[in-house]
Amino acid sequence: MRDDRRVRLGLRILALGYLAVLLVVPVGLVFYRTFEHGLAPVWSSVTTPAAVHAFWLTIEIALIAVPLNTIFGIVTALALVRGRFRGKGAIDAVINLPFALSPVVIGLALLLVYGRGGWVHLPFQVIFSVPGMVLATIFVSLPFVVREVVPVLREVGDEQEQAAATLGASRWQTFWRITLPAIRWGVAFGVVLTTARAVGEFGAVSVVSGRIAGQTDTLTLLVEKRFQNFDLAGAYAASALLALISLATLLAMTVLKPRKDRG
Amino acid sequence: MVGGPGALGLGLATLWLSVIVLVPLAALLARSTDGGLDAFWSAVTSRQAVAALKLTLGCSLAAAVINAVTGTLVAWVLVRDRFRGKGFINALIDLPFALPTIVVGIVLLALWGPTSPLGVNVIATKTAIMLALLFVTLPFVVRSVQPVVIQLDREMEEAAASLGAGDLTIFRRIVLPNLVPAILSGAAMSFARAVGEFGSVVLIAGNIPFKTQLASVYIFGQIESDNPIGAAAVSVVLLGLSLAVLLAIGALGRWGARHEG
Repeated sequence: MRDDRRVRLGLRILALGYLAVLLVVPVGLVFYRTFEHGLAPVWSSVTTPAAVHAFWLTIEIALIAVPLNTIFGIVTALALVRGRFRGKGAIDAVINLPFALSPVVIGLALLLVYGRGGWVHLPFQVIFSVPGMVLATIFVSLPFVVREVVPVLREVGDEQEQAAATLGASRWQTFWRITLPAIRWGVAFGVVLTTARAVGEFGAVSVVSGRIAGQTDTLTLLVEKRFQNFDLAGAYAASALLALISLATLLAMTVLKPRKDRG
Repeated sequence: MVGGPGALGLGLATLWLSVIVLVPLAALLARSTDGGLDAFWSAVTSRQAVAALKLTLGCSLAAAVINAVTGTLVAWVLVRDRFRGKGFINALIDLPFALPTIVVGIVLLALWGPTSPLGVNVIATKTAIMLALLFVTLPFVVRSVQPVVIQLDREMEEAAASLGAGDLTIFRRIVLPNLVPAILSGAAMSFARAVGEFGSVVLIAGNIPFKTQLASVYIFGQIESDNPIGAAAVSVVLLGLSLAVLLAIGALGRWGARHEG
């Protein structure tokens, strides 16, 4: 019995030690470094015109990408679970691709379509401009809602939907009154993950942004730029702001998870 | 098809997927040979590209193996052990998913870089690359093994113990075989993620050609030096690798499902 407890304690120390060294201590250190000279320099660092612009551009891109991916995600999940058609496996595989692809490769692919000498020429500029950054963000955050909603749809089954249809409900009515309420926590969880990825994307956006100061800098790009310009305190401040958004994400995930699992 | 999105919905979803994902990837594939097959081949087999690809594969494989061990350990402790603050630690596991990769880079530099309070500076070494890769891939094995440990039948372990089996024997003969599919699929996902990693390594890896330059950083450099076609060629190799890993994970999932039933 004493042996057993010793093994358990040993495993616990190993696991927590690993997490501490890898995650907790470095993240804690950045917060400490950010705030070690008080709040005032941090505040002035995140309220410079460049930082304010980067903040709003990040929000703006997320506000376009997240709703589009949410609508698309719900429709695709419905098609994958409830629909019967050929090529389901192919769609399933393509949906997962953004997870496994390097963000740099994603940015490059967009560059080759919309950039100089590319396949598509639109009347407005896409590459080195905000539309390209929106496309990159949509690409990288595409799978989350689908991935979260598919298992929930499977779990709830389609009996209630069948009943509603038998009672004369239209497809729209069935969706709004039956399906959507049943999957709402799964959707919410997916939206949280999509938002976190959209706000935090760096590689793909970096390739297509051209990094024009005051025009195409998001928060993550600002972090890198400040670091390269030897403004370490500024990079820490912008990082801390992003890390706070991540902590809010974690909190939302923790609150939503049990509801999602309960269905 | 009650409750389905209908033909219009299906059409819209397919169109959306095509515009956002398929057309760009088709452009990547098609334009990687814009300079002819010879140019493609010489871009892929250039010494710097090969070194970057080798380094990427080696480090990602190492990260997957380390994750298989540490991830299983963390998942086990989170399910079977009881201590104060376990809920907090459990929530913390997802931090690498929520934290922007460039912030991970800054975070690692703070502890392991030139201004480290520990006085260690691993910047521009393989250790730096491994720290970044292990940070961003931490959740994969933990989150795939955790639910399986919860489902484990403890009576089997107790039966083995009452028959005189030691802890190590029980773990090796009873527990581990049940966990293997989940460990493998988690490790494969962390491998896939590591192969494409960019944001967390770009600041700390030093990006020295032939030494610490990873494939995604090499591709980024080629784009910056206005060689998008050469960059596309190396990207196609990464794309093929991603697809292979995704297919392997799919096959693993089916294999695991068969073994459960």
